Amino acid sequence: MIAAKLIWKCLERENVTTIFGYPGGALLPMYEALRQSSIEHILVRNEQAAPHYASGYARESGKVGVCLATSGPGATNLVTGIATAYLDSIPIVALTGQVNRDLIGTDAFQEADIFGATTPFTKHSYLVKDPLDLPRIIREAFHIASTGRPGPVLIDIPRDLQEENIKNVKFVDKVNIRGYKPTYEGHTGQVRRAIRKIKSSKRPVIYAGGGVRLSYAQDELLKFAEDTGIPVITTLMGIGAFPEDHPLYCGVVGSHGFEYSNKIMEHADLCICIGARMSDRGTTNNVANMNNMELIHIDIDPAEIGKNINDTNIPIVGDAKTVLLELMSKDIKKDTQDWLKTIEMIREDFPILFDANTELDGINPKLLFDAVSDIVPDDTTLVADVGLNQIWAALYFKIIKNRRFFTSGGLGTMAYAIPAAAGVAFATREHPKTILAVCGDGSFQMCMGELGVIAEHHLPVKIIMINNHKLGMVRQQQHDNYGKNHYSGTDINFDVDFMEIAKAYAIKGYRASTNEEALDAIKDALAQPGPTLVECQVNEDFIHI
Amino acid sequence: MERHCLSLLVENNFGVLARISGLFARRGYNIDSLTVGTTQDDNFSRITMTVTADEQTLEQIKKQLNKLINVIKVIELKQGEAIRRELVFIKVKANDQTRSRVVEISNLFRASVVDVAKESLVLEITGTLSKVDAFLNMIEPYGIIEFVRSGVTGLQRGKHQIGC
Ligand SMILES: Cc1ncc(C[n+]2csc(CCOP(=O)(O)OP(=O)(O)O)c2C)c(N)n1
Ligand SMILES: [Mg+2]
Repeated sequence: MIAAKLIWKCLERENVTTIFGYPGGALLPMYEALRQSSIEHILVRNEQAAPHYASGYARESGKVGVCLATSGPGATNLVTGIATAYLDSIPIVALTGQVNRDLIGTDAFQEADIFGATTPFTKHSYLVKDPLDLPRIIREAFHIASTGRPGPVLIDIPRDLQEENIKNVKFVDKVNIRGYKPTYEGHTGQVRRAIRKIKSSKRPVIYAGGGVRLSYAQDELLKFAEDTGIPVITTLMGIGAFPEDHPLYCGVVGSHGFEYSNKIMEHADLCICIGARMSDRGTTNNVANMNNMELIHIDIDPAEIGKNINDTNIPIVGDAKTVLLELMSKDIKKDTQDWLKTIEMIREDFPILFDANTELDGINPKLLFDAVSDIVPDDTTLVADVGLNQIWAALYFKIIKNRRFFTSGGLGTMAYAIPAAAGVAFATREHPKTILAVCGDGSFQMCMGELGVIAEHHLPVKIIMINNHKLGMVRQQQHDNYGKNHYSGTDINFDVDFMEIAKAYAIKGYRASTNEEALDAIKDALAQPGPTLVECQVNEDFIHI
Repeated sequence: MERHCLSLLVENNFGVLARISGLFARRGYNIDSLTVGTTQDDNFSRITMTVTADEQTLEQIKKQLNKLINVIKVIELKQGEAIRRELVFIKVKANDQTRSRVVEISNLFRASVVDVAKESLVLEITGTLSKVDAFLNMIEPYGIIEFVRSGVTGLQRGKHQIGC
């Protein structure tokens, strides 16, 4: 069998059905062999978007997402997306073509050391030198990407190797990597200590991160919170770990979170951190009281414990779901009534400011996302880009029931939402669902070409573009840091006719200047089977408070 | 901040050393020395490194190293529990007046003379960091032309082993 064909066979054995790629010289043998494979290739419009498609696909389906790019510029275009997946612990496998083995190291045409370039932000990577290693490497790559703390794995494959003929192909099923044995179960002694600590605490909070979602531990977290009566705060990545209409839900923490959530953190005497890394983003605006707060830190990655916060009182290395079940194996009922009363008072003291900026014309995006929550189905997936649009979607669109919220939380990569939402659509083609892609006018223009993919495949992606004619979030930071009229480079000076853009891609477009218009447009968009673009005019001075 | 000696068992694979040095550079850890060599098993290499770090950073270094898929085991070679040695070559000025004095000091330290020239000697010494430092101190007044240190390598004493 020719190695190129073997690669596809191995991917088929990993249940890969869809890949997101872009061809080139170093991939000619693989694309030739792809014609015989059951795997569907989606031609992205810029490799930069390919890992985001794979990421959306992975987050929605729970499978590993796969992307593919040619050597040199194709591979380097993947870099941002791979780093994005790494910072959010999303399981993807990136395949890259490489120049012939005898040319490696000679600065040959389209040679770039993608293995070296991506080591800082891949969970692991391979440069294949012997085609006989392919079955093992591909099996390992999928195993590593999807187990333990998930993350991206890169496989770099020289072109001449793809053309080699292999006799006696041996597929690999079992993986045995001596240096990779993730811990799923919590240490029993630490779990026992944690239970005691939880019982004796007076003002405990659960600080839930993306790890709860990666471990699919939502049901366990809900039960744990209800059994103990402990309120739940999430990080940006943790949105969706806990239903937002639950009485114990206490909002989103961190630099862009709710003020009341940060205040609750400051009053807590115990933080039960589950699947979060206590990052700078999560702890800004609330670390003030960290000294008076004890910390139980549950994470599958031992290196996260003690990395950002020095004195973890009780470290538990393990999978969120498994450890929550272990914690619930003992009686952990407790009375938190007094604490919940205090929390009610904090909520009242720091209300959510829907009516800030209301003197401005145009759409109030907070009220808009709040209202959109009431008209979309219970299994909607919302993918938010980066910027003010992201914060408004994150804080004001309600994630309840089976809804999902995806965003680039760790790297904060603009132009994530549209390709990732398309990835969600590819993962749900058999059972189409409502998919919202929220973006800004800046991020939209950063990946406009991907509309071609959405249009070509008639994907039910409903784009909600917050058009403030500005790189809004950076503009706000300029204002907050340096004062009024210190805007610099954040004006998008050319007014694009986005309706014409939508039309060019045969996407139904709507332009709205008031909340009513926007909501009507979104209602109509939801009723369309295919892609839509709703452009929402938001005043440039509407900021996040 | 203290100096610590770590011993790593790693897969003898393409790119392992780059991953490790990249990790240290990226996260701002200080490597004082690093040595790599083969082991009794061709599939594995052994890396010994000395790092200067406080306890918390040392914990992070070990955890981050363990996170690398190619790293199989990380142990600390602690004083008393392990033999730790370094090999050093020193080229020192030596003429007819000073040569015998330099040789005498070398003998005291069980260093050996491995090259003799008209104006210089090359000395070889193996020992712990403190022994090597003490020796360099004694030789210094004679005029060190250059020296090269292999970096510390070591092995646990007795029944302990890193396990390949
Ligand atoms: C790839 C990338 N480049 C730059 C930034 C810095 N940045 C963060 S938010 C932002 C503004 C985004 O503008 P827009 O998409 O219009 O969203 P808005 O904040 O206006 O809602 C920028 C430039 C980034 N996060 N990602
Ligand atoms: Mg904008």
